Amino acid sequence: MARLELKNLHAKVAEGDEQILHGVDLEVNSGEIHALMGPNGSGKSTTSKIVAGHPAYEVTEGEVLIHLEEGEFGDEIDIPEDKRTWNLLELEPNERAALGVFLGFQYPAEIEGVTMTNFLRTALNAKIEEREELFEEGEGEDDEDEDDTPATSPMEGPADDGEIGVSEFQDLLREKMEQLDMDEKFAHRYLNAGFSGGEKKQNEVLQAAILEPSIAVLDEIDSGLDIDRLQDVSNGINSLRDDQGTGILQITHYQRILDYVEPDRVHIMLDGQVVKSGDASLAEQLEDKGYDWVREEVYETA
Amino acid sequence: MSSEQDHLKDTDTEARFEFKKEERSAVKSGKGLTEEVVNLISDDKDEPDWMRERRLRALRQYHAMPLPTDWPGQPDLTELDIEEIVPYIRPDVDKREGVDDWDELPDDIKDTFEQLGIPEAERKALSGVGAQYESEVVYQNMQEQWEEKGVIFMNMDQAVKEHPEIVKEHFMTTCVPPSDNKFAALHGAVWSGGSFVYVPEDVTVEMPVQAYFRMNSEGMGQFEHTLIVAEPGSEVHYIEGCSAPKYGKHNLHSGGVEVFVKEGAHVQYSTVQNWSKNTYNLNTKRAIVEADGTMEWVSGSMGSKATMLYPCSILKGRGATDTHITIAFAGEGQNIDTGAKVYHNAPDTKSTIESKSISKDGGRTNYRGLVHIADGAENSSTAVECDALMFDNESTSDTMPYMEIEESKVDVAHEATVGKIGDEDIFYLQSRGLDDDDAKKMIVAGFIEPITEELPIEYAVELNRLIELEMEGSLG
Repeated sequence: MARLELKNLHAKVAEGDEQILHGVDLEVNSGEIHALMGPNGSGKSTTSKIVAGHPAYEVTEGEVLIHLEEGEFGDEIDIPEDKRTWNLLELEPNERAALGVFLGFQYPAEIEGVTMTNFLRTALNAKIEEREELFEEGEGEDDEDEDDTPATSPMEGPADDGEIGVSEFQDLLREKMEQLDMDEKFAHRYLNAGFSGGEKKQNEVLQAAILEPSIAVLDEIDSGLDIDRLQDVSNGINSLRDDQGTGILQITHYQRILDYVEPDRVHIMLDGQVVKSGDASLAEQLEDKGYDWVREEVYETA
Repeated sequence: MSSEQDHLKDTDTEARFEFKKEERSAVKSGKGLTEEVVNLISDDKDEPDWMRERRLRALRQYHAMPLPTDWPGQPDLTELDIEEIVPYIRPDVDKREGVDDWDELPDDIKDTFEQLGIPEAERKALSGVGAQYESEVVYQNMQEQWEEKGVIFMNMDQAVKEHPEIVKEHFMTTCVPPSDNKFAALHGAVWSGGSFVYVPEDVTVEMPVQAYFRMNSEGMGQFEHTLIVAEPGSEVHYIEGCSAPKYGKHNLHSGGVEVFVKEGAHVQYSTVQNWSKNTYNLNTKRAIVEADGTMEWVSGSMGSKATMLYPCSILKGRGATDTHITIAFAGEGQNIDTGAKVYHNAPDTKSTIESKSISKDGGRTNYRGLVHIADGAENSSTAVECDALMFDNESTSDTMPYMEIEESKVDVAHEATVGKIGDEDIFYLQSRGLDDDDAKKMIVAGFIEPITEELPIEYAVELNRLIELEMEGSLG
C-alpha cells in the first residue's frame, strides 16, 4: 500500500507571478480510484504536473508526500522505516518515478528514433536502479561496478543484477499489449511518433502497466477518444487497479469515462483548490448541473 | 539503447581515443610545403616519374590558389599555419608495404589499433582491413575468397606501382583534380597512404571493407588518398574510421576520396571520424556515377576544431542515384561545416540528402549543400532534409542549401528543421524514470537513428558511444 498526500499545496508558474494553486489537499491510496474534476483553468493539470516534478511550476507552500509500506516494491527491496515517507518536492522527476509515481500525459511527447521497446525497457531498468539507490543504506561506498564481461549473448545485453533482459522484457511487453488490445507492431514504432490521439492515450496506460506505479495520475486520458478506444483505455485503467493495486487519480472534464472507471471518490477543483469531495454520485450531479451550483455553494458558505 | 549497444558500450571509448604513443618515425619530412618536401616524399616512396610530376604540378597549383575565406559562416582557418605542419611521417616499421599478419606489427602500433578496436572489427566479418599509422599503411589484409574473385584492396602507394594503368587513369584526373580547391591541391602534392579498392565487373563484395587512419604525432598532417573503382554491376561497401589524440599544436587532415561507380554498380562509403579538437579536417570526397549506378555516402563527423567537408556525387549517367546521410556534432570551440553536393547531369537521376546536426556549449554546425540540376536532366528528382538539434542558446546552426535548377521537368523538395532539445520531451522521459542525462542521450540517439541504422553494428555503437561522450564533455 502507498498513499499520495497533497497538503495545502500552493504553486505558481516558475517564470512569472501567476499563482495557480491556492492550497490543494488530496489523498489517494493505492487500490483506489479518485476522479479530479473541474472546469478549464481550475488547476487540475498543474496539480498533476507538480506531482511529477515539472520544472515550469514553483511550489510556494505546502507538501507533496508519498507514504510507502514495507514490501511496497516486492521482497527484493527492503524499505527501512525511516525511508517510508518522502517529500516528492525534494526529488527529481525520475526519483519520483522510482518511488512509484506515474503521470499519464494529456499530450505525450513524440520521440523520433526511439522505439517503444527500447524506451520502455530502458525506463524499467532505470527505475529499478534508481530505487536501489534510494533505499540503499549508504553502505557499499558507491560501488558502480561496471560489468566488463557481458555474461549473456550480445542479443541479451549485459543483464546486470536485477535488470530485465531483452527477451524477458519482450514477453512482458507482448502480454501487456495484448491485454490492452494493442497491435504488436507498436513495439517497433517510435515513441508516440505518428500515433493517433487514441493510440497515444492507450500508450500511456500501457506504460503504466509496464512500470507498475503505486500511484498513477492520469491527466485527461479520456480526451479525444472514440467510444471503442474509451472502453479499451478504461479497461486498462481498471486492470491497473485490480491487477496491480495502483491508486489512480483520474483527471477529467466529463462523466463519460466514469461510466467505465468507477471512482471511489470524486473531487471538484475550482480556482486552484479542491472545494468539494464526494462519492461517484457527485460526478453525476456535475453532469446534470454543471459547475455553477458548486461555485455558488462554495462561495456562499465561505 | 538497444541491447547490442549496451553490450558493446562496456569498452572504454574515451580511453581508446585519448592515449598517445611515443612518436616513431623512420623518415620525417621538414615542415611546410616546398618542392624539396614533395621530392623527399616521392623519393622515399620510390615513385614513378608520372606520379612525381603530378605531385609537383599540384604543389604549384596549391601555391597559386587562395584559401577560402569569404564563404558565409565559414570556419575560421586563420590559426591553421600550413607551413608549420609536418606533411609526411613514415613510421619506423620493417616492411614498407605493411604486413598482413597482425602479429608482425610493432607492439606499440599493434597496441594502438587494438585499443581502437581494429582487430576486433576484423574478426566480425569484414572482407578486408587496412590500417594506416601516420603517413603509411602498416597493415593490410584481404580475405582470400575476395582476392580469388579479382577484388583488389591494397594501400594506395603500392597500387601506384602494381596497378599503374588503373591508377594513372583515375588518380586525381577527372574526379578530384588538384585544381578543384586549395586543399585538393595540397593533397595532390603530399598525399601518402590510403586505400585502393578495385571491384571487377559483376562482383558483389558482401562484407564491408574497412580502413582505419590514425594520426599519432604532434603537428602532423595526414593526407591519405582513397580510390575506389567499382566496375559495371559490382557492389562494395567501404568503411573508414579516423582518429587522433590531442596535442598542443594543430594537426591537419586533408584526405582525398575518389569513387568511380560504373554502370549499374553500387558503392557505399561510410565514415566515422573522431578527430581531436585541435585538428583541421579539410577534405575533398567525390564520386562519379554512371548510368543506373548508385552511390551512398554515410558520414558521422565528430571532433576536430574545424571541419569543411561536402561529399559530392556527379550523376553522370541516366538513372544514376545518390544518397547522402550525414551527421555532425559540434561542442565548445568547434565549427563543423559539412553537407553535400550533387550534380544531376543526366535524365532520370535521383538524389536524397539527409543531414542531421547537433550542437552544444557554443558549438557551431553548418549545413552547406549544393544541388545542381543541369538543363536536360529531365525527370530528375532531389529531396533534401536538414535537421538541427541544439542543446542551449549559445550554440548555433545554419542551413545553407543552394539549389541550382536549370531544368523544369524535375521534382525538388527541401525541408529544414531547427530545434532546441525540448524541455517537454526531457520531462516526459524523466517522468518515466530516466535521469536528465539519460533522457538527453536517448533523444539524441533517436535523432541520429537514421544514420546508425545504415551502419554496421560496431560502427553504430561506436558513433552512439562517441556522441554520448561528447555530451558528457569527456573527450578532449
